[in-house]
Amino acid sequence: MSTRPHTYVTASDGQRLAVRTAGNPDGPTLLLVHGYPDNSSVWDAFAAEFTADHRVVTLDVRGAGHSTAPDDRSGYRLDQLADDIVTVADTVSPGSPVHLVGHDWGAIQSWHAVTEPRHAHRFASYTAVSGPDLDHAGHWLRTRPDGVRAALRQAVRSGYIGFFHLPVVPEAAWLTGVGGLALSALERIGGGPHTPARRGTRDYLNGLALYRANMARRLLRPVERRTDVPVQVLAPTDDAFMVDQIQSNAGRWVRDLRFHRFHGGHWTLRSRPAAVAARVRALVAEVESGRRRPERALTAQQARRHGGAFAGQVAVVTGAGSGIGRSLCFELAERGARVVAVDVNGPAAERTAELADLLTPGAAARRVDVTDAAATDRLAAWVREEYGVPDLVVNNAGIGVAGPFLETTAQDWERVVDVNLWGVVHGCRAFAPMMVAAGGGGRIVNTASAAAYLPSRVYGAYATTKAAVLMLSRSLRGELAGHGVGVTAVCPGLVDTGIISGARLSGLGEASAAKDRLNRLYRMRGYTPEKAAARIADALQHGPEVLPVTGEAHLGLLLSRLSPRALRAAARVAPPV
Amino acid sequence: MSHTNVTEATDADLDGFRDLQQLAYRAAGDVAATLEPGVTEREAARRVRAHLEGHGVQDWFHTPFAWFGDRTAFRGFRTPLQFFPSGRRLEEGMPFILDCAPVRDGYVADIGYSGYLGENALHDRLMDDLRAHRRLIVERVRAGDTLQDIYRAVDGLIRDQGYDNRHRVYPGRVIAHQVGRVRSRLPRAVVAGFGVRSLQTLIGDLLVERVHHRSPLWADGDISAHPATPGLWAVEPHIGFRDIGVKFEEILVVTGDDAHWLDDDLPHVRRWDAQAPTSPENR
Repeated sequence: MSTRPHTYVTASDGQRLAVRTAGNPDGPTLLLVHGYPDNSSVWDAFAAEFTADHRVVTLDVRGAGHSTAPDDRSGYRLDQLADDIVTVADTVSPGSPVHLVGHDWGAIQSWHAVTEPRHAHRFASYTAVSGPDLDHAGHWLRTRPDGVRAALRQAVRSGYIGFFHLPVVPEAAWLTGVGGLALSALERIGGGPHTPARRGTRDYLNGLALYRANMARRLLRPVERRTDVPVQVLAPTDDAFMVDQIQSNAGRWVRDLRFHRFHGGHWTLRSRPAAVAARVRALVAEVESGRRRPERALTAQQARRHGGAFAGQVAVVTGAGSGIGRSLCFELAERGARVVAVDVNGPAAERTAELADLLTPGAAARRVDVTDAAATDRLAAWVREEYGVPDLVVNNAGIGVAGPFLETTAQDWERVVDVNLWGVVHGCRAFAPMMVAAGGGGRIVNTASAAAYLPSRVYGAYATTKAAVLMLSRSLRGELAGHGVGVTAVCPGLVDTGIISGARLSGLGEASAAKDRLNRLYRMRGYTPEKAAARIADALQHGPEVLPVTGEAHLGLLLSRLSPRALRAAARVAPPV
Repeated sequence: MSHTNVTEATDADLDGFRDLQQLAYRAAGDVAATLEPGVTEREAARRVRAHLEGHGVQDWFHTPFAWFGDRTAFRGFRTPLQFFPSGRRLEEGMPFILDCAPVRDGYVADIGYSGYLGENALHDRLMDDLRAHRRLIVERVRAGDTLQDIYRAVDGLIRDQGYDNRHRVYPGRVIAHQVGRVRSRLPRAVVAGFGVRSLQTLIGDLLVERVHHRSPLWADGDISAHPATPGLWAVEPHIGFRDIGVKFEEILVVTGDDAHWLDDDLPHVRRWDAQAPTSPENR
């Protein structure tokens, strides 16, 4: 990037911080704070995306790059680091707040700055890439709201932190080149960087003090830190050092949080700068326009229950007029997503959107017949225009058809294949390309069914379509894995959605009586769509390939793997309906 | 409570029930106005009880309940003990329900009052949508539909509205129960929140109705597959959405060939009537 030479800003304790400025002096000011063991050159490719229309300021954190280094470890405390950021912001943009972007340790210290009430007015927005607030992380580790498994995964990824606390050994690792080799291997996870790192020996050595001065203090005795500054958390899908949850958990303390995943590793700034830049650009544009989207008032109870895994995301759900689709819209909206509710029944979709909008503002409804490829394409184009590329697409629309093969008409077959299979195909075809092009990190969820792996003589047509959806999802998952887009097939089982009331029953005697009996079975099972939606939303954070929902769906999946013969025998049984 | 001869309730009897229902709603409304952040459910229930006892209430069908926050939707309720007022504290924006069933001079009321502290747009929306249920129930009872069918129609409407039916969490999944004058020689005592005199009456009803293959409890089971029997029914459709539950409870008068609500001068009805005539519900 074309930059003006370093200038130096004097920190409150006398250290001299090297600052570079580039870009359009009339544009909004971005202040970029690098991590460990980087210096401000880590931003070169990223900053190049902005220099035409933004003013870009990069800072060498104390001890790194061209900045001076304090003699004492206490000079690296977070309070001082946050103070440095504010000092630089005051100097480069005294008249207006800056848009802060931090990566890794730069994100940690930037978090500390924006969550400090004295400093918050200096920041128009904040984007954190691969770095949590240490106090938030401390609370997350103590309370484990996302489960022990996520905490253990994070503990494994944080193993190097313990190593950095050893005396002398880490220094020896860097000086002998062993540490450098290990780091370059880690850098290749999630896609190698296109631009090489330009680091100096002092970047490696001085930065160790960041860990030693702060980690134990903050993680073991975390305090509550909140902010009203709009915060965007960007989490790479293959971050070697961090799980999603420790970052998204900020939703409990941040009033306006947006959490987005995108494809790449920890240094995505260098490997895929355009994808990260697009997200930052969108937030800056929104804040600068003054047309901020309405915020929702999160109740204390909601904040306690949900982190921010879906905060600020855009979710498109088909079949949203009833059943699991509608409940999933509400669940996602409650967790902070803006929902586009799609259904062939327009008023039902509008009703869903209306209620979802009361949970998180920004919901919309579209009447679309998913069997119509052109209409689904138009939907996708509309979503991109109005909301941007969605983070989550749920191809959920489906219909029920039951009855033996010999009684199922060609029209029944066509209808069920059109909705249940073609609907999903159209949805994937319309949205997957734009999700890949936007940098990945999104998720596609296709609603299959436990019937997909439980053959039966009474619902052959339905099961056939659902088995096809399951296979489509599995194949697509393999194909899109390299693009960072996750695909999950949901297999609900007996969920009382009312699907039977709308189902077409072929050759099952007097239809209403059979429906009554089936409806009673579903009611007795008592598994509600609300419960299913909560379970799906919880599981999506881990991105499973197949997601059985109810107990019988789990059992069926297990049996289909352990004893297909038993299922073949069960398929011959005529149920008493 | 049919065996207590409510089927032949006189106008004077209906006045007695109506006056007590008015008093109970007034108590709930007055106490609701005094609720402040930090007050517990137990304290709110105690205030309702003190208010009613100060106005001549001598006995209870059940003592006052108060539910705050997600407890208004009965989320996570597994045991009957969870229905009793807890130490949950009211917060700004939180919904609440006050529910009480006083007995005075043998007359019984059973009311449910929904409200919230501060602002809660969702609660307003749910209250608006509850109106359709009051209409639906009386129309379907008038039409002579079975209680089971009406129950399912209410559930269907709830589902169409995007909500879920929280009355299914009530013991026995009841949406309503019959009420009648309490005439008992038992001492006035409260056991597990229920007045023993009222319980005696209810048990008597259960036995009498059972003989006729009916029940004084209105639920979705086959025993409710008959039209409403003449008498007074305390009806309480309870709709839930996420962490909010909203209900009303009031008495429906069923006669041999008609049905009507005992009283239309109630807080929720006044609220609906005061809404702009252009709103969809009022057109």
